[in-house]
Amino acid sequence: MTTRIVELRRGILKKNDELAASLRRRYTSAGVFVLNLVSSPGTGKTAFLERTLRELLGQGARAAALVGDLETDNDARRLAASGAPVRQINTHGICHLDAEMIAKHIEGWDGVTLSGLDYLFIENVGNLVCPSSYDLGEAVRVALLSVTEGEDKPLKYPTLFNSADAAVITKMDIAEACGFDREQALKSLNEIRPGIRIFETSAKTGAGMSEWLAFLVEAREKRESLA
Amino acid sequence: MHELSIVTSVVESVTESLEDYPGARVQEVRLRVGVLSAVVVDSLEFCWGLATEGTPLEGSKLVVKMVPIVMHCAHCAADVELDGVQSFRCPRCDEPCSDLRQGRELEIESIEIEDGAASEAAAIQVE
Ligand SMILES: Nc1nc2c(ncn2[C@@H]2O[C@H](COP(=O)(O)OP(=O)(O)O)[C@@H](O)[C@H]2O)c(=O)[nH]1
Ligand SMILES: [Mg+2]
Ligand SMILES: [Zn+2]
Repeated sequence: MTTRIVELRRGILKKNDELAASLRRRYTSAGVFVLNLVSSPGTGKTAFLERTLRELLGQGARAAALVGDLETDNDARRLAASGAPVRQINTHGICHLDAEMIAKHIEGWDGVTLSGLDYLFIENVGNLVCPSSYDLGEAVRVALLSVTEGEDKPLKYPTLFNSADAAVITKMDIAEACGFDREQALKSLNEIRPGIRIFETSAKTGAGMSEWLAFLVEAREKRESLA
Repeated sequence: MHELSIVTSVVESVTESLEDYPGARVQEVRLRVGVLSAVVVDSLEFCWGLATEGTPLEGSKLVVKMVPIVMHCAHCAADVELDGVQSFRCPRCDEPCSDLRQGRELEIESIEIEDGAASEAAAIQVE
């Protein structure tokens, strides 16, 4: 019997990373701008996304959404009220979406093809830990936090906030009632992800939505010109 | 929370690589886990026994090496190691850094195996 060491140097999430890379190439060649929305349960992802879809459609853009939840298609039905095509992904207990679930759900989607879209939004499962490990091939990862969650949320979940490309503060309409400390929240975001683009929004009143929509158009065009 | 699925992929991946070493028994599996990888090491270890049961990895030891965060500081024109995860600033000049160079790793570095009778026989045949 001999003992030996075998070097493997193999990524544990290699399968997901490779599939995500191939999805990213598909998105790019189809000209669709893909965003992955991540937050705790209850932050307001669905409300924010519904408003975003409604306003984008109003501007004549073609947008659709995939929404991940452990169970139920309640969020898909809420989002579909915007008029955009929406497909629910039920993970049945899995705490995050992965590239394989996305690959599966962009196939056989009634009347929807990637090349027929300008924007595809993916609402991840409400969780601030696990989704950060799983690349979905998105162009932009958006981390959301609401004014009721505590200004230090980014410090508590640095792994996720550090991996985000943009941050959205939701429920600004109740900021005052909650004693939300805006300066502190912006400071913690910048401590964990220096220079991150931050949008202060309310799905209820529409505050901050025009800055967010302008960012979407600009980021998509920038990407197009690089492709 | 997804540590069991991480451990399951490790077991699958190692089992796959054992095809080149028939009959080998795994004694140790060494992982490199970045401080920013969103994985809890205690949970990995907790799942290990269960996930390896009935596989060629049964009875093996899991060794996890933590990989610190390294950022590139444009101001210092150098790669710098961070002490924690509470502030992404250069420890030398205190400027904010956003250029991550290391710290998200989640990989199997190596395995230590004891060759089985079958692979020894194969080795002798080759000789
Ligand atoms: N006041 C206020 N409440 C909101 C806003 N956005 C969402 N909510 C509420 O927050 C709760 C959770 O919202 P939801 O969109 O389901 O969160 P998700 O779990 O992140 O998708 C619901 O009761 C919403 O009505 C907002 O902008 N202002
Ligand atoms: Mg939701
Ligand atoms: Zn520096």
